[in-house]
Amino acid sequence: MSATVNTEAAVEQEKNSPFGEVWQRFKKNRIAMASLILLVTLTLLAILAPLVTSYDPYVGQLPQALKGPSASHIMGTDELGRDIYTRIIYGARISLWVGLLAVAVALAAGTILGSLAAYYGRWADNLIMRFMDIMLAIPSLLLVIAFMMVLGKGIENAIIAIGIVSVPEYVRIVRSSVLAVKENDYVQAARAIGNRDLAIIARHILPNITTPVIVKATLGISTAILDTAALGFLGLGVQPPYAEWGTMLGVGRNCLAPHIVFFPGLAITVTVLAFNLLGDGLRDALDPRLKC
Amino acid sequence: MTKKTAPLMKTIGLKKYFNVENGWKKLKSTVKAVDNVNFSIFPGETLGLVGESGCGKSTVGRLLLRLLEPTEGEIYYQGRNIVELPAGEMRKLRKHMQIVFHDPYTSLNPRMTVGNIIAEPLKIFGYGGASDIRERVMDLLSLVGLGSNHYDRYPHEFSGGQRQRAGIARALALHPKLVICDEPVSALDVSIQPQIINLLKELQGKLSLTYVFIARGLNVVKHMSDRVGVMYLGKMMELAGGEKLYASPLHPYTRALLSAIPVPNPKYKKSRIILEGEIPSPINPPVGCRFHTRCPERMERCSIDEPEFREVETGHWVACHLLEE
Repeated sequence: MSATVNTEAAVEQEKNSPFGEVWQRFKKNRIAMASLILLVTLTLLAILAPLVTSYDPYVGQLPQALKGPSASHIMGTDELGRDIYTRIIYGARISLWVGLLAVAVALAAGTILGSLAAYYGRWADNLIMRFMDIMLAIPSLLLVIAFMMVLGKGIENAIIAIGIVSVPEYVRIVRSSVLAVKENDYVQAARAIGNRDLAIIARHILPNITTPVIVKATLGISTAILDTAALGFLGLGVQPPYAEWGTMLGVGRNCLAPHIVFFPGLAITVTVLAFNLLGDGLRDALDPRLKC
Repeated sequence: MTKKTAPLMKTIGLKKYFNVENGWKKLKSTVKAVDNVNFSIFPGETLGLVGESGCGKSTVGRLLLRLLEPTEGEIYYQGRNIVELPAGEMRKLRKHMQIVFHDPYTSLNPRMTVGNIIAEPLKIFGYGGASDIRERVMDLLSLVGLGSNHYDRYPHEFSGGQRQRAGIARALALHPKLVICDEPVSALDVSIQPQIINLLKELQGKLSLTYVFIARGLNVVKHMSDRVGVMYLGKMMELAGGEKLYASPLHPYTRALLSAIPVPNPKYKKSRIILEGEIPSPINPPVGCRFHTRCPERMERCSIDEPEFREVETGHWVACHLLEE
């Protein structure tokens, strides 16, 4: 009896805090929950990679090369006899890491530039936004490739290049959100009580634009993962022997064995789809007014 | 109201123009939101500012605190021209002057607890340690009629009246001398309005505050104000002691506003002055007297000359040709 009362009280409390309310709504969305569970599982697998795989991702056994799925290699082996399942799990480390970091780079730059443009307006706004327009006018993959040519190949450079290229989208979303929020009286009130501009932006404006930005960032991770895979496929991103899904696709496409490209491709598709569905779910949970 | 004392705040030729750019042709037009307004605020008094929406009364309120930069003119606070102050100096001066906003639903940051909202000015001005600040916030909460249990709540858990009380507590945190009340009750339920008005009056007595009380109608201002200024299209039309203004208004616009106050007596037949037409756009305000397009007593010269804002009797200022010989 007392146990039920306690849980009811807990639910009540959860509903009262802003985060609890969002979580209550999010839990009801089955597709988003499934995506969340899938991504959490994938992250755990990536972190615990040495424990959940039994082969070395970089050293293969040539006699075993190009074998289809079997009991000992559930996704088969690649052209060097390496276990594909093992490589996909290790590849998840790279893909998730690159996705998160690239979004972090873009989000940081986008938040700073977007809020400055919106808060100060006038020439700051014009300067920043016209520059972003120029970047948006160039196809993003082309721009990434150009950056990679300048910076050189490698994971770090891929993160930077993919991050920089997606900055304009974040600048735009931050700018438009700040423009809407800064008209509120509490921003005027923050000035009236003696806040400096930076404190007003950091304490009163940015906390109120988190909803669209979180959603955008979640969706952005999937774009970053796709871009990483594309770079890897083109041979510009993560270099062999590192296991990266796009690189695996790129190298594997020369072999006449469908499972070599099927499983990395499936990994990319499922992960990207999961991030997209999670982003949609978050948007619905964070802002119930947008839900149709 | 003693006229001998030095004014707490004084404006000279205060102007605020907003530029409106019209599409890609860049046809620039100017909204003259506040156009050459002069008045003084004396310590301890309540100055009411009245006018229809769009007459520039809220803009005046924000100019006084330099939340908006004036296009032209001077604002003296205790003899210092605050328009010329650098940002850092102005920030120090902010603890003397605060504002209570019109809409309690947008004036509190939804991501901060009410306790933190009220504590913020204290933290900025280095009021003391965490426990000093908490204690002061608790005092402020009880001062405005909220409880200590409200400290950790978020604004969305409050009613409109409670939010307005929290906004008042924030404004009072730093012991200001001047508080601009920008239509503090017009967004509230009629049943709540008198509570907030009485609270403001009570606080004025307790803390010897000076108010600029901005409102849309003369009836709300009547209970609050020692002196009342009537604005129309960015201009001050008439400014006088409250009693005087209600007993013997001189400007036709003031008379029309006064006649619009409802009288709770069904047998009383009052003669309402109904103004013709709409309030003109402030983008191209009428030449001459701004009110001449709607004035029931307009003369020929009203559409040519602009009347000067003159003191016709001690403490009674009017801008109208009817009162010039």
